[in-house]
Amino acid sequence: MVSNLNKQLKDFKERFIEGILMVSGTVTTVAVLLIIIFLFKEGVSLFGKSPLENNISILVNEKNPLTAITAAQIKDISDQKITNWKQIGGADDSIILVTINELSTYYTDDQLGDNLQFVPDKVNELVGKTPGILGLFSTKNLGDKYTHKYLSIKDITIGSFLFGKQWFPTATPAAQMGILPLILGTLWVSFGAILFALPIGIAAAIYLAEIAGKRMRNTIKPIIELLSGIPSVVFGFFGLVVIVPIIQKLFHLDVGETGLAGSIVLAIMALPTIITVSEDAMRTTPRLMKEASLALGATQWQTIVRVIIPYSFSGISAAAILGIGRAIGETMAVIFVTGSANVIPHTLLQPMHTIPAVIAAELGEVSQGGRHYKALFALGCVLFIMTFIVNLIVQYIFSKRKHNQV
Amino acid sequence: MPKIETKNINLYYGDFHALKGITMSMEPKTVTALIGPSGCGKSTYLRIFNRMNDLIDNVKLSGFVLVDGQDIYEKGTKVDELRKNVGMVFQKPNPFPKSIFENVAYGMKVNGIKDTKYITQKVEQSLQQAALWDEVKDKLKKSAFELSGGQQQRLCIARALAVEPSILLMDEPASALDPLSTSKIEELIYELKKEYTIVIVTHNMQQAGRVSDKTAFFYLGELIEFDDTKIVFTNPKNTKTQNYITGRFG
Repeated sequence: MVSNLNKQLKDFKERFIEGILMVSGTVTTVAVLLIIIFLFKEGVSLFGKSPLENNISILVNEKNPLTAITAAQIKDISDQKITNWKQIGGADDSIILVTINELSTYYTDDQLGDNLQFVPDKVNELVGKTPGILGLFSTKNLGDKYTHKYLSIKDITIGSFLFGKQWFPTATPAAQMGILPLILGTLWVSFGAILFALPIGIAAAIYLAEIAGKRMRNTIKPIIELLSGIPSVVFGFFGLVVIVPIIQKLFHLDVGETGLAGSIVLAIMALPTIITVSEDAMRTTPRLMKEASLALGATQWQTIVRVIIPYSFSGISAAAILGIGRAIGETMAVIFVTGSANVIPHTLLQPMHTIPAVIAAELGEVSQGGRHYKALFALGCVLFIMTFIVNLIVQYIFSKRKHNQV
Repeated sequence: MPKIETKNINLYYGDFHALKGITMSMEPKTVTALIGPSGCGKSTYLRIFNRMNDLIDNVKLSGFVLVDGQDIYEKGTKVDELRKNVGMVFQKPNPFPKSIFENVAYGMKVNGIKDTKYITQKVEQSLQQAALWDEVKDKLKKSAFELSGGQQQRLCIARALAVEPSILLMDEPASALDPLSTSKIEELIYELKKEYTIVIVTHNMQQAGRVSDKTAFFYLGELIEFDDTKIVFTNPKNTKTQNYITGRFG
C-alpha cells in the first residue's frame, strides 16, 4: 500500500519534471520565434515607404520629361555631383535646385510678404518660368496655388536598400537608405579577422593537440578559454588604446581607426573559438590512424599534415566559420575601433562601419516607428540572415562530418 | 644472427610492471606467435620492436632490444627509419580516409619517394603480395572505406609491405574479421614468411598453431614458455601453458 503510494508519488514527480522541461522548451522556442517575427515585421515595413520627409513635394517645370526621381539622385544633386538633367535621363538643361532657403535669392523679402504669405504664388511663378528647376517645398509653402508638374520619388525597395551606396538615414530632404557600405564593411572586417585568426588558431590547435606535453596543454588551454570570457567591450577598449595607435604609426595614417583595427580585435576574440573547436576536431582523429601513419615511418609532422589535418578538415572549417559568425555579429569591440565611416571600403586601412555597430550607435537616436527606426530593424534582418547562413553552413559541415565517421 | 633479440626487458606503465625480464630471440623468415590471456603484455611486447610504446606517456623500459644486431633504443636511433624496416598491422583495419592507391603509396611518399612510375609499380606489387590486387585493380581511385573489413585489413598489409620492411608485426590482425577473411589472412602470412620475419599476437590458439613456427606464451608480464609451436601445443613443459592451451583458463 505504502509502496504503491510511493510509486505514484514518484510517477507524479517525474511527470512534473517532464512538464517543466517541456514548458521551458516551448517558451524558449516561442520567444525566439516572436523575436524573429518582430524583427522582420518592423524591418520589412520599411520597404514601399517614401524616403522623402513628410509633406515635401518635388516640383518641376512642365517641360521636364521625367516623372520620378530617386533619393540618391536628390542627394547627388544637392551635393552638386549631378548638375544636368541629362545625367538622370532628362533634357540637356542644368538643374536649378530651389528650396525655401534659396527662394530669397530670387525674390526680395517684400515680394515674399511679411509672414511669407506670398510664397505659394512665387513658388508657382518660379517653377513656371524656369525649365531646369527642381523645387523641394513642403505643402504648407504651396497652399492650393501650385499648378505645375510634380515628380514622384521612388520608394525604398529591397534592391535600393541592399545595393544603395549611401547610408545617411537622417539626410534631408531625402534620407539615404543604402546599406552596401555597411554590408561590405561587415564583410571586410570579418574576413580580415578570419585571415588573422585562422592561421594562428590552427597553429595553436595543432600545438595543443599534437605537440604540447600534458602539463603545457593543461596550462595553456584554460588561459585560451579564459580569453572567451573577457567582455567584448574590454576588447574594444584595448583595441582603441593599444591597437589603433600602433596601426596609425605603422602605416602613417591620419586616423588609426580602421577596418584593420577591427579585424585584429575580432581575430583576438575569435581565437578561443577557433582553437578550441579545431583542437577538439584534431583530437577526434583515431589513435589507430595516427599510429598507422607513424608505423609506416612518417614523422610526427608528416602525420599532422597528411593525416590529422585532412581527417579533421571539416572540424577546422566549422571552427573557421563559427569564428566568422562571431565576428559578423560582434558589436562592442568593433564600434570603438573601426572609425564608423559610412563609405564603401576599398582597403582594410580605411575607416568603415559594420551593421551591428550602426544599429548600436544609431538606435538610441531615432524616433520610434520612423523610417530610420525601421531601417535599423531591416539592418537587423540582414544581419540575422547573414549569421543564419553562416550557421547553416556550420550545421551542414557538422552533419557531413558525422556521416563521414560512420 | 637472430633477426630480433631482446635481453632482460622490463617495462613499466607508471607503477605497473607490464613486462618482467623478457629474453627471447626470433630467427629471420620465421613466424613467431605471441599468445596469452588479455593483459599478459604480449601486445606491449610486440610494440617494443617498432617503438610504438614511445607514444604512450609514462612508459619506462630497461633491457636491450636488438634488431639486426642493432640496439634500437640506443640514443640517436632514427625512429622513422626503424619503423620503415619494422612494419606493423593493427588489430582493427585502419586505412586512411584516402583512395586505395593513396593508402598503399602513403609510406613511400612520406619517405620521400617521388618517382611516380616506381610508386605505381610498387603499389601493384604490394597489393599482389597482399592478395588484394585482383579485387581492387579496377577501383584504385575509390575510397579505402568502400572495401570490406577483410579487404581493408589486406590493404593495411599491402600498405605496410610497400615500404619494404624486413619485419612485419601483426597485432591480432584477424580478430575483427569473419572466418573467410581470417583464412585469407592466414594464407597470406604463410606466403609472406618466405620473405619476412613475422611476429604475430593472437588470441586464437588454432591460428597460432596453423601459422607460426615458434610460439611464446606470456602470462602476467612474464614469458612462461617459448619453443617450437609443435612442442608448445603438443607437449608443453609448463602446466600454465598446458592449462591455457587446453582452455582451462584464459
